[in-house]
Amino acid sequence: MHRLLKSLAVVCTIATAPSLAQAQTTLRAVMQSDLKILDPIWTGATITQHHGYLIYDTLFALDANGDVQPQMVEKYDESADKLTYVFTLRDGLLWHDGAAVTAEDCIASIKRWSARDPLGQKLAGFIETMTADSDRTFTIKLRSQTGHLLSGLAKPAANVPFMMPKRIAETDPTKQITEYVGSGPFVFKSDEWKPGNKTVYVKFDKYKPRAEPPSGLAGGKIPYLDRVEWLAVTDKMSALNALLQGEIDYVEGVPHDYIQLLQDSPGIVLFLRKKLSNQIVLRPNHLHKPFDNPKARQALWYALNQKDFLDAVVGNPNYYAVCKSYFICGTALASPVGMEDLLTSDAAKARALLKESGYDGAPIVLMQATDTLMVNAPPVAKALLEKAGFNVDMQAMDWQTQVARRQRKVPPDAGGWSLSLSSFDSAEIMDPMVTAMMNASCDKGLAGWPCDSGIEKLRDDFARATTLPEKQKIVEAIQIREREIVTHVPLGQWYSAGAYRKNVDGLVDGLALGFWNIKKKN
Amino acid sequence: MFGYILQRLLSTIPVVILVAIFVFVLLRLAPGDPAAVIAGDNANAEQIALIRTKLGLDQPIYTQFFLWIGHLIQGDFGESFFFKKSVGELIASRIEPTIALSLATITLAVIIAVPLGVLAAYKHGTAIDKFVMGFSVLGFSVPIFVVGYLLIYVFAIKLNLLPVQGYQRIGDGVGGFLLRLVLPTVTLSVAYVALIARMTRTSVLDVMGEDYVRTARAKGQVERIVLFKHALKNAAVPIVTVIGLGIAGLIGGVVVTESVYSIPGVGRLTVDAVLARDYPTIQAIILMFSLVYVFINLAVDLVYRIFDPRIRY
Repeated sequence: MHRLLKSLAVVCTIATAPSLAQAQTTLRAVMQSDLKILDPIWTGATITQHHGYLIYDTLFALDANGDVQPQMVEKYDESADKLTYVFTLRDGLLWHDGAAVTAEDCIASIKRWSARDPLGQKLAGFIETMTADSDRTFTIKLRSQTGHLLSGLAKPAANVPFMMPKRIAETDPTKQITEYVGSGPFVFKSDEWKPGNKTVYVKFDKYKPRAEPPSGLAGGKIPYLDRVEWLAVTDKMSALNALLQGEIDYVEGVPHDYIQLLQDSPGIVLFLRKKLSNQIVLRPNHLHKPFDNPKARQALWYALNQKDFLDAVVGNPNYYAVCKSYFICGTALASPVGMEDLLTSDAAKARALLKESGYDGAPIVLMQATDTLMVNAPPVAKALLEKAGFNVDMQAMDWQTQVARRQRKVPPDAGGWSLSLSSFDSAEIMDPMVTAMMNASCDKGLAGWPCDSGIEKLRDDFARATTLPEKQKIVEAIQIREREIVTHVPLGQWYSAGAYRKNVDGLVDGLALGFWNIKKKN
Repeated sequence: MFGYILQRLLSTIPVVILVAIFVFVLLRLAPGDPAAVIAGDNANAEQIALIRTKLGLDQPIYTQFFLWIGHLIQGDFGESFFFKKSVGELIASRIEPTIALSLATITLAVIIAVPLGVLAAYKHGTAIDKFVMGFSVLGFSVPIFVVGYLLIYVFAIKLNLLPVQGYQRIGDGVGGFLLRLVLPTVTLSVAYVALIARMTRTSVLDVMGEDYVRTARAKGQVERIVLFKHALKNAAVPIVTVIGLGIAGLIGGVVVTESVYSIPGVGRLTVDAVLARDYPTIQAIILMFSLVYVFINLAVDLVYRIFDPRIRY
């Protein structure tokens, strides 16, 4: 009898197993690249940020309008002198290992983040003390006022201040973490992670979402999917074919050349990620001739125009926007001040400035990365700059070579460079503090090494600014100063396209795709 | 024979050492910096230098080399800069698809190409011969990725018979494993069928006029026996050479095919590692491939004797 019951139990288990499996919803996605590094504080790689948004949570987050909203924080109190902030965490927040999220965890996480992130480092200069008052409450005391404590803690991109358990957050900031425990809506399955093949996340059943509807990176992050699988498909055509066949459900970063193919396909939804727009950027090397002279750099403003670059890189005007501003058009800090008469391809004016700079016609080295979306931008730059009187030596190389060569300070004719073209997503260029390209602190800045105390002072003023009008005024002043200094030239913005199957619903357009709120009908 | 094999195996040691030195130096001379790649676009020189120190890339090249060799002797290929996993573990996790694809390809190619080549030689100058040779030219000329996309379009998108991409491990079910292997295998086989068929035709044609073939026919042997027993066996040495070289040369084809069909094999790992300048992974893969090359050459030499007993070692 006992054996019979046992057999029946086995049969029942087998019989019910398929139906349980079918009840599971799995979303298969092909992201912009394969996940290689798992520590979002250690690297600024975009794919690692996406990974971070699935498994970790943040104290604050930006909503769809770009406004800062509490996320893990239930409430916060600001002292009248704006020097003391008391944060109270939401009740019931848990780490994936079951332990409660504490104030000490958050303090350790902020410390590790601010040791790595440039904005975090700037904020650390304002912070006098961080103390845990209880399990759920902690206080940050500032040395002087800044309007960026909350927006810093809500920083949406490299590097995002994700919260981690204290034991993990105490890892040396220069070393990668080896344990991936968050308090976010999904749990990382390290046992199923196969680099170059598949990355798996499963729903965190004990995740406590906020009550508000999702908005950008803020609001309720309800994980409806049981399982999210990122498949590493390097070939975009293969990824799109798999999407058309229903083998996968979502493709991030559809190349603009393939948009027509998807538009004509029933069963596929193509969408523009307007929040995640990108800006094409030209960077001159301030160390060497001719761009060590401001007049030669200013000639770039007149030699170039945005539309030619956008046509070459994107093509379809539905997917780009001419935007004469350092900050993404449509955001609070976008402004045309100081840039109205620039970027019009006025070759005569560019030639005059070039002559004033004393340019001797020596070749300038323009790097062309042949394996990125930007491949068509350097030939446009070459043509426009030559019209303006530059002698351009365009050198083709792969992106990784360009990345390494960009760090070389030697003269262009000795293996260095003069001009570099790349693209930054909006989260990386939100304001003068976040925009690493705008750092004009000489050797401490990014490759290109601009040096200007005027811009640095304005950036410091921006760090101290507490109201939006104040910040807008400083940004305008920066743009007027940039006209002279030219840390970099914004060459227009373009929108990233994504595609998913029609049985998928609920994608939230934000600065990152977190996979919360997404439902899939089987 | 045993002495010959031992001698050949011992001769691989200097080859491997030379390859190791060559690869190590070449990678260090090649442009690109793994630390800059890891650090990301917003990193300054200070942050990149810190990563270089952590990875040991700030050490002199000879120090880095001897450290690597020291670990290699202990069977340790090092740790991938990017995946933070041991390279041995990384390669082991990616080897099955590559072996499966390579074996399936070469098996399919031999099964189709050898009879096709023999048939072309037998029907020398006829429409069949011209068709086989025409196919060979086409097989050589059309790039692997074009064949791949064409097959995906017809068999996966239009006819919906086979999956577009992906790989299923044999341990997860033979049916799924075979189903997902069909298109990549056919894609990769096309060039090899062309190569082997052409070589088979030429070799068989060369021996068709020999006395022993005429004698066999005069003795009344059926044509099938004449062709496959007498002619093909005597024509086999160059065919085996081509097949051996083909197996060794599969590496290049596997890289493209694995990318088109999204197969997580060593080919794709190679591309990823090169693009990311993941030195430990690239070094280990190239060493592994050179060893495979040496052993395939040895195996080909040994197989010669089966077809031609006059060969002595």
